[in-house]
Amino acid sequence: MDSFDLIAAVSILTAGLTIAVGSIAPALGEARAAAQALASIAQQPDEANTITRTLFVSLAMIESTAIYCFVVSMILLFANPFVETAATVPGG
Amino acid sequence: MNISTDQWVIWQGWGLTLNATIAFTWAVMALLAVGARAITLRLDDSETISPWQNMLEVIVTAIRGQIADVGADRPDTYLPFVGTLFLFIAAANLLAIVPGYAPPTASLSTTAALALCVLIAVPVYGIRRRGLARYLLGYARPTLLMLPFNILGEISRTIALAIRLYGNVMSGTVIAGVLIGIAPFFFPVVMQLLGLITGFVQAYIFAILAMVYIASATRAHVGAGDENGRTPPSSPEPMENEPWTPST
Repeated sequence: MDSFDLIAAVSILTAGLTIAVGSIAPALGEARAAAQALASIAQQPDEANTITRTLFVSLAMIESTAIYCFVVSMILLFANPFVETAATVPGG
Repeated sequence: MNISTDQWVIWQGWGLTLNATIAFTWAVMALLAVGARAITLRLDDSETISPWQNMLEVIVTAIRGQIADVGADRPDTYLPFVGTLFLFIAAANLLAIVPGYAPPTASLSTTAALALCVLIAVPVYGIRRRGLARYLLGYARPTLLMLPFNILGEISRTIALAIRLYGNVMSGTVIAGVLIGIAPFFFPVVMQLLGLITGFVQAYIFAILAMVYIASATRAHVGAGDENGRTPPSSPEPMENEPWTPST
C-alpha cells in the first residue's frame, strides 16, 4: 500500500466519521430548539412571528456546525490537499 | 464531479478566464437590475398599480418590516444594503430551477465576498451611527480583557457567514449530483425542491444575520450607560409594537 492509497483510505474514513459525529450534536441541538419553540408558540400564539424568526436564525446558527463538518468531509473527499503532496513527493 | 463552479470555465481568451461563478453572478445581477429598472420606470401612485409594482412593493415592505423587527430604529438606512444581500442571494439560489444554471453562491468566492461586505458594513454603519470613538469603545466592553475576543468574534462570524451559505448551497448541488448517479429521476427532483427551500431560508438567514450584526454595532449599550451615570446615548430603544410608518 503506497502513500496515495493510504491517504485515500484515511480520507474516506475520516470523511465518514466527520459527517457522522458532526451531525449528531447539531441534530440534538436543533431538536431541543425546535421543541422549545413549539412549546413557546403553543403557550403564546401571539408571539409566533417573533419566535419563528428567532427559531430560524438559531437553527441556522446551530446547523452551521454540521455544515462545517460537511464542508470538511467534502474537502477530504474531492479536494484533498494531501493527495497532490503525495503525488509530488518522489517515491511517495 | 465539479465541486465548485469556479472550475467550470465558460469562456477563455485574451489571457482571461471567465468561469461559471462570474458569468452567473453577472446574469443574476443583470436580471435584478434590469428587472427592477423596468418595473420602477413606470411607477404610479394611483389606486390601480401594475402587478409588478405591487410585487416590488410587497417585497420592499416585507424586507423593511423584517429589518424593523430585528431592532433597527431606522430601517430605511439599512434597507439598501440588507435588501440587496437578500434579493441577490435569494435570486441566485432560486434560479437553480432553470436548467443549465449553477448557483454562484455554491462557490466560496462569492459567499466570502458577500461576507466581506458585511464585515465592512458593520463598522461603517456603527461609526456613522455612534461616532468613531464610541464604536471603538464597544470592542472593549465589558472590560478591556475582552478586546481580543471581540475582534476574534468579528472575524469568526464573518467566516461562519461565508461557510454557512457556501456549505448549504454547495451541499444541495453535490447531493443532487450524487443522487443522479445512484437513483435517477425522482429522488434528485425531491432534493432539488428541498434545495429551493434551503436556498431561500439561507438567503433570509444571511440577510437577518447581517442585520443583527449591524444592529448590535449601531445600538448603544443602554445598560452600561446608566451604570456609569451617563445619559443613555441618543439612539432610542426601538419601539416594539409600533408599526412602520413610511417616511416621505
